[in-house]
Amino acid sequence: MMDTTLKVEDLHKKFGAVEVLKGVSLEARTGDVIAMIGSSGSGKSTLLRCINLLETPNSGRVYVNGELIRMKPLHDGTAKPEDMKQVERIRSKLAMVFQSFNLWTHRTILENVIEAPIHVLGLPRKEAIERAEILLAKVGIAEKRNFYPNHLSGGQQQRAAIARALAMEPSVLLFDEPTSALDPELVGEVLQVMRKLAEEGRTMLVVTHEMGFARDVASEIVFLHKGQIEEKGPPREVIGSPKSERLKQFLSATRH
Amino acid sequence: MDQASLFSLLSFGPDGWGMRFVEGLVVTVEVSVAAYCISLVLGLIGAGAKLSNSKVARGVADLYTTLVRALPELLLLLLIYFSGADAIKFILSLISEDFDDFEINPFAAAVAALGFIGGAYMTEVMRGAILSIPNGQIEAAKACGMSRFLILRRVILPQMLRYALPGMGNLWLSATKDSSLISVLGNTQDLLFMGYRASAVTKHYGFFYSVAAILFLAITIISMIVIKMLEARVNRGYR
Amino acid sequence: MDESLALFIEIVPTLLAAVPVTLILTFLSAIIGNTLALPVAVGSLSPHFYLRYPSLFYIFVMRGTPLLAQTYLIYYGLGEFFPGTWVQKSFLWPYLRDGFWYAIFAFSLNTAGYTGEILRGAIMAVPKGEIEAARAFGFSSALIFWRVTLPRAIQICLPTMTGETILLLKATSLASLITVWEVMGTARQIQKVTFRVYEPLIAAGILYILMVFVLTRLMMIVERRINRHRLAPA
Repeated sequence: MMDTTLKVEDLHKKFGAVEVLKGVSLEARTGDVIAMIGSSGSGKSTLLRCINLLETPNSGRVYVNGELIRMKPLHDGTAKPEDMKQVERIRSKLAMVFQSFNLWTHRTILENVIEAPIHVLGLPRKEAIERAEILLAKVGIAEKRNFYPNHLSGGQQQRAAIARALAMEPSVLLFDEPTSALDPELVGEVLQVMRKLAEEGRTMLVVTHEMGFARDVASEIVFLHKGQIEEKGPPREVIGSPKSERLKQFLSATRH
Repeated sequence: MDQASLFSLLSFGPDGWGMRFVEGLVVTVEVSVAAYCISLVLGLIGAGAKLSNSKVARGVADLYTTLVRALPELLLLLLIYFSGADAIKFILSLISEDFDDFEINPFAAAVAALGFIGGAYMTEVMRGAILSIPNGQIEAAKACGMSRFLILRRVILPQMLRYALPGMGNLWLSATKDSSLISVLGNTQDLLFMGYRASAVTKHYGFFYSVAAILFLAITIISMIVIKMLEARVNRGYR
Repeated sequence: MDESLALFIEIVPTLLAAVPVTLILTFLSAIIGNTLALPVAVGSLSPHFYLRYPSLFYIFVMRGTPLLAQTYLIYYGLGEFFPGTWVQKSFLWPYLRDGFWYAIFAFSLNTAGYTGEILRGAIMAVPKGEIEAARAFGFSSALIFWRVTLPRAIQICLPTMTGETILLLKATSLASLITVWEVMGTARQIQKVTFRVYEPLIAAGILYILMVFVLTRLMMIVERRINRHRLAPA
């Protein structure tokens, strides 16, 4: 338990009558890079969004750095957070990178990166700017700091979004299909940044369709099917010798 | 005065103001409808002029919409009201001297003025509607060898309504509210004038202006329901 | 014609002196009204019915009745309560008798309704992803509103609000009907004194056109500043 950064136990999520997650458990230790794969509708994005409570799970437990997010069940079978302050504090440790970047378009790139450190973490402005500049250089868009998001390419916007996430110095980085909205020629630059982060030993949870990235970078691959974990393990085993019939189908479908 | 007697002032008997307010309501609706019809005609002409190839037509239409949108409705109303009256008087005086003390019907001049104001806004609505018809459809009609007039009649006008209806609905709602301005002209018998009259006579200002406001609200509610129904009808097959 | 011209020259200074009254009516009502629009818009989007319905009803009434009726109701209706009460003896009385403050009151309430509806639409139009990103970074609801939703919504509805301010400028002419001597009222006063119909109205019209022109320009500058992110990078 000591170095378990993130632990998910028996997570259930329903949208109306449809059960999207049917009891999912997951554990990420410090430095783990977990790639979550599966066809659309398998529940992988919902799982990610339940971890930082952008979606509220119906039941199950989420621990971050050993701390349980306290939920209270409601009469209609759903649940709600017991303490929003706790949720907000934990969210600030789980930075998220979205499929469609979701940069704040009314602020410059630099302002996007310093916004949450200043207003959520309470960092002094000067310090936040120093931190942001280092991060923007790291993702390779230092010269775009005073541009507005709409003036950047998709790849640049996503790298800015990654810098924004890193600025929180999060315990876990959550990536929700970070390259799916990008033009093919821009995917590489984002994956390269993510690769670098993995090499630094950051704990990452990545929902992705990029099998190459999953194979080369992930320490563990989780294959979701219809709201359940069908198979998981080191990339070599999961991709090299898949056991379940569904995973074999999925892999052969994504290969070409 | 207690509440019961306040409402007795609204009775429909000879001592009550009830009937007068109903008459006011009818006048307001009549003025609005008449002004709206004028604005529809002016709007169609204006939109045609704005989209025409003639520089003069475009210039005149631009001047019309720019002026109307820059000037307060009240000022325009008075200006057109007075000048309209003068013009008619002038023409009548040419015919015969008997018309010297002829007073122009305030109604007609007010309606003309409101229609003129509404026409400028209608021009923009119609212009927008024509422009939102996909160009490909007009090209297709041209490719079939349809004449300009035929394209207008068979392709543009039938579809225009769908795009113009939301704007036209808003302008109708504006027309009903703007019609209240005519009360400043004096003996107009419209809804707001009745409110003015009743409250001046009885000294119950708050009460009678509220009555007038509620009746305006009723016009708005009914109009909105009708507009919703029309929109649903026009959008058949599109949603 | 010469006579007209002479009259024009004579009345223009009088009308010009009334321009500040029109502008103060416009700006004061805009400031108060747009500020009030914020709680109206937020209330109209509230999940609590006791906040939502009153806000929606307020918007509906303000937009569904003529401004002139609202102005009369406030001027005559409120005025009805004061005579014979302590208010008449208080130091406030000279102000409370003046149509000016009733006009400000009426125009502000009306603007709050119209802008409230515009702002409501703009708040709904803020991209959900940007709000979600803020949530994911641990922003509290209040912080999301002040740092993301509101600034984005204002950006979105700014062009419409510019148009509304022009409409408000024109609408202040109704104050002339409750004895406020702004440009329109002054023009009508001159009409009565000089027995001339057109010259005062036309001169006032020219002043309105100029004011609308200058105000439009001013708003364009503000808009450009606030919407920098849409322009090409510097």
